[in-house]
Amino acid sequence: MSSPTREQVETARELLASLGDLGAHVKGDDIAHLEVHGNEVVGAHLVPGLQVDVDELDDGIEAWIRVAKGVRLAKPVHMCFGMLPTEGLQRIVMHVEAEEDSFASVQAHCTFPNAVDITHKMDADVVIGPGATYEYFERHLHGAEGGVIVVPKTRVHVKEGGRFKTEFELIKGMAGVIDFDYEVDCDAFSTLDMIARIIGRGNDRIRINETGHLNGEGATAVLQSHLALRDNAFAEIYNTLTANAAHARGHVDCKEVVQGNAVAKAVPVVEVTHPLAHVTHEAAIGSVDSKQLQTLMSRGLDEDAATDLIIEGLLG
Amino acid sequence: MGILELRDVTLELGGRRILNGLTVDFWEGHVHALVGPNGAGKSTLAGAIMGLPDYRHLRGEILLDGEPIQDLPVDERARRGITLAWQEPARFEGLRVDKFILAGAKDRSRETVERVLGRVGLDPDKYAARAVDKTLSGGERKRVELASILAMQPRVVLMDEPDSGIDVEALTRIFDALADFKEQGATVIMITHSQEVLKHAEHAFLLCDGRIIDKGAVGRIDDYFGDNCMNCGHTNVPTRNEMAAVSE
Repeated sequence: MSSPTREQVETARELLASLGDLGAHVKGDDIAHLEVHGNEVVGAHLVPGLQVDVDELDDGIEAWIRVAKGVRLAKPVHMCFGMLPTEGLQRIVMHVEAEEDSFASVQAHCTFPNAVDITHKMDADVVIGPGATYEYFERHLHGAEGGVIVVPKTRVHVKEGGRFKTEFELIKGMAGVIDFDYEVDCDAFSTLDMIARIIGRGNDRIRINETGHLNGEGATAVLQSHLALRDNAFAEIYNTLTANAAHARGHVDCKEVVQGNAVAKAVPVVEVTHPLAHVTHEAAIGSVDSKQLQTLMSRGLDEDAATDLIIEGLLG
Repeated sequence: MGILELRDVTLELGGRRILNGLTVDFWEGHVHALVGPNGAGKSTLAGAIMGLPDYRHLRGEILLDGEPIQDLPVDERARRGITLAWQEPARFEGLRVDKFILAGAKDRSRETVERVLGRVGLDPDKYAARAVDKTLSGGERKRVELASILAMQPRVVLMDEPDSGIDVEALTRIFDALADFKEQGATVIMITHSQEVLKHAEHAFLLCDGRIIDKGAVGRIDDYFGDNCMNCGHTNVPTRNEMAAVSE
């Protein structure tokens, strides 16, 4: 990747500023980072063992990310995807390979502070090598208008003894439309940990599809989705976990707090095809717990403040 | 005049009269105990004073500093200085102990968290960042709740069975907290079935069938425990005479 122009540097600065404190990550030579505005890489810095190649597309970027065999990145890799204008499309195509026994933790921030009509699509394929760990934390910061359509679709293959942990979080700004779809295949003795935390407001429409296939002996997975919905928000959550090998273990946990006219639908699917596998699930949808609310109100918090604190805990 | 007064308070739930024309004064800076059999109306009385939603439809008056508060919501009563420690404290998934404590604290500083946790015998370094959820035992949650109330510095503390589900060490810490409330000049109203807890009160009420049937110094009400119950005509719990008649 070539050095950014002065204009690109300025755009990167503005993009990072919209992240508030989260945007302070780019300082330090030992911290890898990548900033993408629309279809343009406006900032980047790599560290040894991390290879990133990027092609700019008409409507976004295509990136190849490789963590070399045995490399363990001590500090998180920061990625910032976003758009400053009010309208547009950003498509991120990402191919990730974490080679054998490597370790990388990626903090991805997606920011659309002025969005009125923006679509952000991500199509990713991730291969996690034997004994490798790849963590991907995606945090969205949207504006107050909620004019963003977010469509992240990711396919992951975790090889023997590998670990994939991912968190998707949207708790600031209005979600708009989210169509989240992650599907993960787990080989023997691998670990999957997938969490989605979302607050829906206004007329937000949210669809979460988390799927894990425990195909190898001793593979384990936890799929969690915690949502808080207000106003006229609507959410449907599909958590699917299949266990197809001996000693595969998994748990599905879906919790949704619903207020106002919001509607939530949760469909946990567990499928076990091996007699020595074990999968559990729990799903709870309801209003804010009355005893929790009364406890905090008996400390002097009004109902809204008490509700916010309860939800902050649930999604925190 | 008491800081908190109930005037002819009657409350019916599900067609049954739970509080039956109660008139009570709670004195400022005193530790009061409410004792009586199960179903006497003790927890209902605490809920009515706190203004919990299920106990709002009452007749009569509840006065704080001479001002009626029976129409005020829970949070407004709390802002005027009343609070409640539940018999079984709520669990809050993911909510950190320090955030819970500071939610209603007068002084929202880290020092407050350390001070109040220390006071209830919980190490702040170990507990401040934990969640107030099922990973805490019932006794730990009870102590965390008391810590949050200490941080609030209330004027009236309602404690519903402060000794239930806790060990001896935790009970000692709860008595320490009680001493702190008293030192702060707070009025404490404890609901209890325990003679050990009753000893820490200065004044007690014996409640039965939604009525105060006796009141006075703790030693006087203490007889209730020895006699199983006083003969008040309440059919919920057999009186000593009735018990004797059955055994004959």
